[in-house]
Amino acid sequence: MTGERDIELIVNGEQVAARIEARKNLVDFLREDVGLTGSHIGCEQGVCGACTVRLNGEIVRGCLTLAAQADGGEVWTIEGVSDSGEIAPLQEAFIERNALQCGYCTPGMLLTAAALLRENPAPSREEIREYLSGNYCRCTGYQAIVDAIEAAAPKMKGAGS
Amino acid sequence: MKPAPFEYVRARSLDEVFDLLERHGDDARLLAGGQSLLPTLNMRLSAPEILVDICGLEALRGISVTGGTLRIGALATHSEVRASAAVSQNAPLLAQAMPHIAHPAVRNKGTFGGSLANADPAAELPACVVALGAELEVAGKAGTRSIPAADFFRGLYETALEPGEVLVAVNVPAHAAGYRSGFSEFARRSGDFAISALAAHARFDGDAAQDVRLVFAGVDIKPVRAAAAERLVEGKPVTADLLAEAKGRLADDLDPSDDVHASGRTKLHLSGVLLERVLLAMAGAA
Repeated sequence: MTGERDIELIVNGEQVAARIEARKNLVDFLREDVGLTGSHIGCEQGVCGACTVRLNGEIVRGCLTLAAQADGGEVWTIEGVSDSGEIAPLQEAFIERNALQCGYCTPGMLLTAAALLRENPAPSREEIREYLSGNYCRCTGYQAIVDAIEAAAPKMKGAGS
Repeated sequence: MKPAPFEYVRARSLDEVFDLLERHGDDARLLAGGQSLLPTLNMRLSAPEILVDICGLEALRGISVTGGTLRIGALATHSEVRASAAVSQNAPLLAQAMPHIAHPAVRNKGTFGGSLANADPAAELPACVVALGAELEVAGKAGTRSIPAADFFRGLYETALEPGEVLVAVNVPAHAAGYRSGFSEFARRSGDFAISALAAHARFDGDAAQDVRLVFAGVDIKPVRAAAAERLVEGKPVTADLLAEAKGRLADDLDPSDDVHASGRTKLHLSGVLLERVLLAMAGAA
């Protein structure tokens, strides 16, 4: 054993194979090995949400998942869910409501919002805040983000895979 | 920061896990959801040589009810426990505690057993399983044994697990008629570790509480039962006066230290507030 590992997984619908160090986390793998830099790193402790990606259908922290744990699995990043059109209503609402400034938290916010609306298609503002409470934003003060998710919710109903 | 290099093995059986743990001893760590382990490695508070990933062990998954016992597999994720009808019907205290555990992305990966085996003093689940009188099923090369929750949590991140042992499931006595539960927590932000949290369980005869269990998290190195407050409340109608008196007895069992979040005095005060709120809510519940 060398501390390295061969992994194969599906990323945004495409097969990816790589040899990586066992200690490499999923978000570093996506950014460095696959070139998908839309997922960001903020804390490496799982509290800020900037690294949120979708693994096997559920949102997870990319910084608290080993790439090796995703071997044989399926990952969707912000690039994939954007290209597929799945989150278009959310993206439009974020722009309309000025729910992003620097954009660093935004991919995590969008993926988390999409997960919320899949579970709860018509959340209250309180429910939105609670669900998004694990995603930090340093720019907007959050109100516009809540506004955008609330506005997008009716348009997201029935959308998505 | 990035972890120190390690080897990684995906175990295919419990026997393989036992062999690896025996061979590597303290140099090996078990990896389940990793939501507590990986931050530790990222901050280099720990640097194991090998991680043994147990996520593939199907026998440790699943939630089921048999007779009067709810069995939660150690690898059940927090999200699975939260979504489980079997849990909300048979151990509503767990359903009440779930929303306080971290955030959705962490709950999707973090496991029920992982939280218990990690035994963070401010974690919600250890207090809950103590309040519920659960039994923790532990397996090792020598066989399986069952440890009462009250005996499982020994100290700071310290449990009754011996080297080479794996927590495989938690068995909770199903919620019996007349019992009610309550959970409340103070944390700086939603999902943070508890500054103080109360897991309460009791049987109500009218408005009098029997078989009262009041277990606090976040105020000591492990879950603490407020035994004096429990004895005071036992058998008496729950009134504001009784609860005020019970609050005064908390200091018999709770001696919180100062920490970065709050002074010991604040924690003790907040614990009293939780006691009042939770018991009043339980007494008022239909």
